[in-house]
Amino acid sequence: MIQIKDLHFAYPRQQALFNSLTADLRAGSITGLLGKNGAGKTSLLKLLTGLLHPVSGELSVMSHAPRKREVSFLNDVFMVPEEFYFPTISILDYLKAYTPFYPRFDLELLDRILVEFELGKERNLQRLSHGQKKKFLIAFALATRCRLLVLDEPTNGLDIPSKALFRKIIAGYLDEDQLVIISTHQVKDVENLIDKIIILDNGEIIFQHTIEEISQKVCFVSGTSKDVEGAIYCEAIPGGFRLMMPNGHAETEVDIELLFNAITNGYKIG
Amino acid sequence: MEFKNTKGIFLQIADNISEKVMEGKYPPGEKIPSVRDLATEMGVNPNTVMRTYSELQSRGIIDNKRGVGYYVSNEAIGIIRQWKRQEFFETDLPLIVKQTRILDISFEDLKPYFESILNSNPHENQ
Repeated sequence: MIQIKDLHFAYPRQQALFNSLTADLRAGSITGLLGKNGAGKTSLLKLLTGLLHPVSGELSVMSHAPRKREVSFLNDVFMVPEEFYFPTISILDYLKAYTPFYPRFDLELLDRILVEFELGKERNLQRLSHGQKKKFLIAFALATRCRLLVLDEPTNGLDIPSKALFRKIIAGYLDEDQLVIISTHQVKDVENLIDKIIILDNGEIIFQHTIEEISQKVCFVSGTSKDVEGAIYCEAIPGGFRLMMPNGHAETEVDIELLFNAITNGYKIG
Repeated sequence: MEFKNTKGIFLQIADNISEKVMEGKYPPGEKIPSVRDLATEMGVNPNTVMRTYSELQSRGIIDNKRGVGYYVSNEAIGIIRQWKRQEFFETDLPLIVKQTRILDISFEDLKPYFESILNSNPHENQ
């Protein structure tokens, strides 16, 4: 669905952010995009959606060049940005104005999600809290049925029950021809939801594996000593140590935080 | 040194379904939730649930009736019992035995506790 090859990008009069980015993303996945602050996550998402233009290299999203912003591309892509603005109108009026842009828009699905998020359609968007606005935007994004959904820090601002609801909605209302990319620092919020992890660091994709591949290659355990033969990476925790080790025989739950720290510190899963 | 770990999520879901079969919540021949319904219910990636179902199917615990859904197989209870017993002897028991050695608890010391636990949870011993 997305092919990136030798992508070069720099903001005007600044050092290059991406020098030679290469990636291949397929539909039918909920992919987590992880990276430290300033790693270029949001810039990458903007490149994918046509909000920024590459300097050189190949970028193909659903066989379109995003920078051309063709209608048949734009009506199949939806991005939930970290910061957003709504006009002072009701949800109903907003739907009247914006749903025509999305040919696959599913009003029934929107209604179902709004009920789950406890949002009435007569509400004025400006009078909603930040978290409620975000929930509306997430509901709208899913209801567009766009093949590419890009969510930038979607769980920021959501209350505790809404985070679980968010996972259920994303897990339950997607089709196999859709790709969701979730950029986040809140790894606990998307644990068990994402099936693939991409780590962006210093303008490079330094890691790109499915959860299945990761759990087959390495296991994550707690122990009382850090001097364990073969351990790849370890961190102190209150009860002792968390270790990432080559997988012996049984698959363990993937500890995304430990994995992230290991990878960004230069360790490899083999 | 002891290692503590949590099973991979797809295995946790497999355990959960197996437990429901053993408890009679999903008896043999019964339909279990679709991949999508279970993914929604748990907020877990559908591909993960798909992996669980493949695992259970390859063990003979569930059958896939094409286009209809997944059903608990007639042999499920026996298969699960054998699978879980093996897991108990290979994984759980060694940890308990190591712990008894550290705490200097003999096999004889254990007996009265074993009996009393068994008697207090008769329904768990079906």
